[in-house]
Amino acid sequence: MFDIIRKSLATGIVTTDYPQTPAEVASQARGRPEIDYAKWRDARPAVAACPTGALACEDGGGTRTVKLDLGKCTFCGLCAEADTAIRMTNACELAARRKEDLLTTAQYELGPAGAQGKLVATQRSPLATQPSNLDSIGTELKARIAKVLGRSLHIREVDAGSCNGCEIEIVGLNSPVYDIERFGIHFVASPRHADMLLVTGPVSRNMELALRKTYDATPDPRLVVAVGACGCSGGIFGQNYASLGGVDKVIPVDVYIPGCPPNPHALLHGILTAIGRLPEK
Amino acid sequence: MNILPALQPILEDLTERFDTRIQAVEAPRPNEVYFHAQMELVPGFCAQLYKKWNGRLVSLFADDARVQDGAFHIHYVFAIDAAHGFFILRVPVSPAQPEFISLTNALPAVNWQEREIQDMFGLKLEGHPNPRRCALHDDWPEVYPLRKDFDLHTVLPPFTGERHKFREVEGEGVFQVPVGPVHAGIIEPGHFLFSVAGEPVLYLQIRLFYTHKGTEKLFENMPVTHGVRLAESISGDSSFAHATAFCHAVERAANVEAPPRARALRTVCLELERVYNHIADIGAIATDVAFVVANTHAMRLKERVLRLNEQLTGHRLLRGMAALGGVLFDWGAGQIEAIRQCVAWLRPEFESLVGLIRESSSTRDRLETTGILKPQTARDLGVVGIAGRASGFDHDLRRDFPHAAYDRVNFTVPVYQEGDVLHRMQVRIDEVQQALSIIEQLIAKLPEGATRVDVPTPPANRVALGYVEGWRGEIFHWIRTAADGRLARCKIKDPSLQNWPALSEAILGNIIPDFPVVNKSFNLSYSGTDR
Repeated sequence: MFDIIRKSLATGIVTTDYPQTPAEVASQARGRPEIDYAKWRDARPAVAACPTGALACEDGGGTRTVKLDLGKCTFCGLCAEADTAIRMTNACELAARRKEDLLTTAQYELGPAGAQGKLVATQRSPLATQPSNLDSIGTELKARIAKVLGRSLHIREVDAGSCNGCEIEIVGLNSPVYDIERFGIHFVASPRHADMLLVTGPVSRNMELALRKTYDATPDPRLVVAVGACGCSGGIFGQNYASLGGVDKVIPVDVYIPGCPPNPHALLHGILTAIGRLPEK
Repeated sequence: MNILPALQPILEDLTERFDTRIQAVEAPRPNEVYFHAQMELVPGFCAQLYKKWNGRLVSLFADDARVQDGAFHIHYVFAIDAAHGFFILRVPVSPAQPEFISLTNALPAVNWQEREIQDMFGLKLEGHPNPRRCALHDDWPEVYPLRKDFDLHTVLPPFTGERHKFREVEGEGVFQVPVGPVHAGIIEPGHFLFSVAGEPVLYLQIRLFYTHKGTEKLFENMPVTHGVRLAESISGDSSFAHATAFCHAVERAANVEAPPRARALRTVCLELERVYNHIADIGAIATDVAFVVANTHAMRLKERVLRLNEQLTGHRLLRGMAALGGVLFDWGAGQIEAIRQCVAWLRPEFESLVGLIRESSSTRDRLETTGILKPQTARDLGVVGIAGRASGFDHDLRRDFPHAAYDRVNFTVPVYQEGDVLHRMQVRIDEVQQALSIIEQLIAKLPEGATRVDVPTPPANRVALGYVEGWRGEIFHWIRTAADGRLARCKIKDPSLQNWPALSEAILGNIIPDFPVVNKSFNLSYSGTDR
């Protein structure tokens, strides 16, 4: 007993101050890819290197449209290996209320031999540069949640087909380093006790019904947060005979947290975004 | 034929005994020997390898080769640990008579694998004691997803509900407790049906494959380089081990070997994966017997390792590091110093954590003699990895089939006979200590040179077996190449598939409140099993 207390005292406090302090992420960590759109000459090698289709391009009518979808991106860095116009940043706080906010689109005039000509237009994901605006639904939701839930939140985690990568990082939220309970948030054993479902995985065909039943068992008002590239879009598994794709194919989603898996900072950021406990940037 | 000298007597024994019934023998690699024969040879051939040569049937799978060979092929992969080689029996199954002989009555270890072949390929089992569906649930229509004429993107009718008939256990005072697929903890989905009389468990039925997401089929539909990334998502806690096993298979098919420095870096990553998972499990075992403070310390230690992983590979779970022909990132002096510091910090911290658990007599009381898996049962079920070694089953691919840089380091393989939760934890404790030593040995003299070589696209119909001893146990990836530089088949064998049935045995006679800790002491992957 005394040994346990002595060890605890000797260890001291290990909990991060995030979000008051910035996320503690290594400089080598791979997060949101950044593309130098003005200098980009040919998107095709990077598109071919992308294993999930997060980076895609389409030619037509003398123009090329390139899309980068953070909801599909696993931050593997293969596009940056293939193309010097792309650089991996270590930005991990990428949660968004609207799926469109995860998308960046660029349009080019099509040059000779399939290269890109002049950059005609870009529609950048707000996450890349500026703060995301709360749409009216978000504002209304925020007010409702604050009123009903106060400053406490109970989460039921649902693995709807994940590889278990997301679960490793979600478990980390309960570690003394991230200690999610300091926000009055904790994980509960039943959807009946939950305000929020934290759902991972591409939804497998075999988990679809279980996910629907879990959603139905969660009392209203309830929030659904889709976790990871698979939860946001199906990720590398996409849609196939056994996988339905992202969580929003089955139940409505309030917040999307990109990553493969998102690290605990990214998860905290997403959960706090969902309940409006982060300053809207 | 160029084969390892130790395999020669076995080869001679088999060719002498089965003579003309063996149609062809090929050894694409010195430790990988293929025999082609007809189905009728299967029982005798397998019995000979199992009984006389102490072979373990480590993987059993089918391959749709109807286009080029007019038949399905079933492969029986035997590992002969003492001779450091694999013997693989390949037999055809005619599409006109799609049936194959079951070995489950003699070798319970292959029960689920045989039924998976039946489900995924539509090949009917002859003489299986319980030939019901396993991989595809009972509500699935009559489809055979791994046949070549089945399209990956086929849209199936939605799941409408459980139609499985669970085995009934009857008697006065007997009742059944269903649990899952959505569990109370932050874990993967699966269904457990406990039959209990009072407190002790009489029978546990495990129903899995809830997370089946078409992974093996998906491998056939993407470029091989993307396959490395998919392999990282087979089982999240074994990202690096699975990706490396996949790379190993492709490299062997192309007759390329990763350069020495890449092999050393791979080994460090494999051991880091072992360390963070073992520490997490030790903490979780403590939690499941209500010794939460030990888990708090364990999670603190694990976080430190995950942050080191991020510094070394850009990813906390080591994703993005594995690459065909080596590894993607080399490490500078700063990163190697970071490893050294982390190991130096971790060793006393880990000893202190172990001391904390060891000195708690109530914890020990809960773990000792709980969830015993008897050595004979472990042998019959072919239990691998940590669980096997805790039940007297002495094998470890790192020692018996040296891959990566395991031939360059000294380590011992812990083996215990007790087979209870305490000893499954003890194996982990010993292995963390060994892993830290392996990492230190490697970084003390890292080979210089390249970290990656080009892997040329292998020609069509090359076959190769890749293997890695992951933290949980042995991982096998068997591939057959296709003509377009893709794969015609990628068979993934996660150790969990082999070990799940052992959990049903280990829990017998224990009480339901001890199930979480018994389950955690195995810590099997659902996604790795379901794929």
